[in-house]
Amino acid sequence: MKFPIFPPQGSEFSKEVDYLYFALLAFSLLMIIVVGGPMIVFLFKYRRGKPANRRWPHLPANTIEITWIGIPVILMMGLFGWAADLYFKQQRVPSGAMEINAIGKQWMWKIQHPEGNREINELHVPAGRIIKMTLASQDVIHSFFLPAFRIKKDVIPGYYTTEWFQPTRLGTYHLFCAEYCGTQHSGMVGRVVVMNPADYQAWLAAGHPQSTLVDEGAKRFRELGCSGCHMGSSVVRAPPLEGLFGKPVPLQTGQVVTADEGYIRDSIIFPNSQIVAGYQPVMPTFQGHVTEEELLELIAYIKSLGSNPSPPPDATTESQP
Amino acid sequence: MSTMTVESFRPVAQRKPKTYLTEGGRTLSSWLLTTDHKRIGILYLYSIIVYFFIAAVAAALIRLELLTPQGDMVTSETYNKLFTLHGVLMVWFFLIPSIPAVLGNFVIPMMIGARDVAFPKLNLLSWYLFNAGGLLALYSIIVGGVDTGWTFYTPYSSSFSNWHVVTMAAGIFVAGFGTILTGLNFIITIHRMRAPGLRWHRMPLFLWSLYSTSVIMVLATPVLAMTLALMALERIWGLGLFDPKLGGDPVLFQHLFWFYSHPAVYIMILPGMGVVSELITCFARKQIFGYHYVAYSSVAIAILGFLVWGHHMFVTSQSVYAGFAFSFLSFMVAVPSGVKVFNWTMTLFRGSISFQTPMLYALGFIGLFVVGGLTGLFLASLAVDVHLSDTYFIVAHFHYIMVGGMVTAFMGGLHYWWPKISGRLYPERLGQIAALITYIGFNLTFFPQFVMGYLGMPRRYHAYPGEFQIYHILSSAGASILAVGYVLPLLYFLWSLKYGKRAPANPWNATGLEWQTTSPPPKHNFEETPVVTGEPYQYSPEAEEEMVHG
Repeated sequence: MKFPIFPPQGSEFSKEVDYLYFALLAFSLLMIIVVGGPMIVFLFKYRRGKPANRRWPHLPANTIEITWIGIPVILMMGLFGWAADLYFKQQRVPSGAMEINAIGKQWMWKIQHPEGNREINELHVPAGRIIKMTLASQDVIHSFFLPAFRIKKDVIPGYYTTEWFQPTRLGTYHLFCAEYCGTQHSGMVGRVVVMNPADYQAWLAAGHPQSTLVDEGAKRFRELGCSGCHMGSSVVRAPPLEGLFGKPVPLQTGQVVTADEGYIRDSIIFPNSQIVAGYQPVMPTFQGHVTEEELLELIAYIKSLGSNPSPPPDATTESQP
Repeated sequence: MSTMTVESFRPVAQRKPKTYLTEGGRTLSSWLLTTDHKRIGILYLYSIIVYFFIAAVAAALIRLELLTPQGDMVTSETYNKLFTLHGVLMVWFFLIPSIPAVLGNFVIPMMIGARDVAFPKLNLLSWYLFNAGGLLALYSIIVGGVDTGWTFYTPYSSSFSNWHVVTMAAGIFVAGFGTILTGLNFIITIHRMRAPGLRWHRMPLFLWSLYSTSVIMVLATPVLAMTLALMALERIWGLGLFDPKLGGDPVLFQHLFWFYSHPAVYIMILPGMGVVSELITCFARKQIFGYHYVAYSSVAIAILGFLVWGHHMFVTSQSVYAGFAFSFLSFMVAVPSGVKVFNWTMTLFRGSISFQTPMLYALGFIGLFVVGGLTGLFLASLAVDVHLSDTYFIVAHFHYIMVGGMVTAFMGGLHYWWPKISGRLYPERLGQIAALITYIGFNLTFFPQFVMGYLGMPRRYHAYPGEFQIYHILSSAGASILAVGYVLPLLYFLWSLKYGKRAPANPWNATGLEWQTTSPPPKHNFEETPVVTGEPYQYSPEAEEEMVHG
């Protein structure tokens, strides 16, 4: 039987979390010694019936109290600051990340690679790259937990969450769903395979994806009829999408929001909740017509539309109004 | 020997003792319609023992299932229902009423020299509400079971899980009113009914802790009731508060739920701290060190406890800056807890310490609470919490607090006040053995869970990767020892009711007012209202030693 005592360190970041963990362990041991040591001594020394000096001395009680409040508080503030600093790092995705989507549904993980490769309950990644995971849920709350990388993020229906890691060690590691999600919760597990970049490219090619995520998105864009209003000459009725991503969008209410993944998602599902200034609320909702996977494809496509008007989608494929 | 804090006290032991157990009749209806706080305390004791053992059986089945990595003993559905049942019953139907409603009910009026609580009929109503809720919860389990976990996270509970979640929520809703009324009753009792001379700063620390607990009960429980009601209404009418398909936010539920449930964690530890202050002073024959610090640390915990709920959501999409604030406040709430531990330790200094059963439980409490409290700092540390949340580390942490802390203190308190409650002495040696068994069994059950938690073992897993098995085996082995530690006291307490030696009025030579009346006390507690003239815990270790050495 295996007897592991410590999880594998899959990234530099996981080592940083472990240093903090050891610091917390050291602080705990210190406190246990500070409390437990005197306690054990007192329990032996002042046992009933054992001769000892029991006359109560005059002690500076307030000074004692302030000391044993003050010193731990200072040490704890150090731990708080350290942990907060590391958390900040953990929550901000560095630039230049490779983007992979994960969709949680009862009870599996579906992974979308930008190249168009798809996996279920497996995530292949190249070593050395910063991997940004965009997480979506089709049903209930899940949590994308990679213990080897010391990261975890809840996957919440209704909006996107993100997490990132930079694997540095080749190997296969656990992927767990950490938020209870129903009957087969403990079956919602998988593995992360960290590969050499060259092996990763070979793996991508061996998957023979039909088309990239962006191309899939473009196809959906036509099939769902989005192009009818959002493309070419019809942009009078609907705001154009070229160069939209990441830009500020003025709304009818006077608010200005940033066009990120969440904004695009909301605009497809709840089109009337955020009307762009100067347009009429004429767009129908696509709730129930698109899956979370298709939404992410559409977003990938819209993100790919640069600031220049993109060529209209391939006219040879059939398109619906 | 204790210094008397009571004047004009006339011993009643010479006369034929009238006790609350016989006064007013021995019929079933005399119990079920009683307004005597002591009898209501006993009614609560019987009820929570029933809920405890049902929930304990669920825990036993869970630990058996987890002996092997494959989910092979029960189905996943059953497993999920078992941990939900365990959580719901243990939290709302055992832990929350344990010390407040059993020991608090029994002891508070006597400790303040009163004849009863402020609203005796309301007190009885609380018990009926509590059990009405309990029966609804049990009904939900019998007709099919609920598999949401005790936290009822949306949208799983409101849109996916089965309909019994509505009756289960209704059960907790109804029982919640019992909790609110108990809290209200205690607050008013402590404010209005203290004996002459019993100023706030002369009150035993158990009262300070129960007062703080009651404030939490009154302020937080309504939030839980509303939250569960909204969840149930969402289920029935599709309100759209939590369901993202209707524009709701599932995380909103977590904020509302933890706004109650984090303070509720302190309902499940503060009363234990109060009991331990009584026990440490009595068995070290010492005045408490730093009375004001210990008393006001209870108040501080009650206040800060309301400001830390966000630390349950460090891995949701909560803002990073909110995370900073909640993490900071979570570190701060460790301060008053630490103050208590330091003062208890200092209270032992130059004491005259004996190791009867209640003291063993009190010392066990300190040991386990220190581990539970320190591991709480790991979870308050943002970056580490990201790794640890929803793993067995959390499971171990809150069991150290709730079982290692609260249940240990409850057992200590029950042994301490048992002579007063029953009029009989429990067998001391067996009591000490049971306390040790509990301590060993508890640590073996839950310490391995810290290690596997950091390894990444998620909680609420029916099946798990084989590398974690060794820790599950250790944990299950510990649970079987722990079971002995809980069954043994049940047996000898029952035995003592008939065969135990008759208890004197004050078997521990303790100073509290509750020890100044007979064991068991008469229906109205005191023949004459006691008058308090000094501080609590007027023990003298030197006098104690003189007695020992003749």
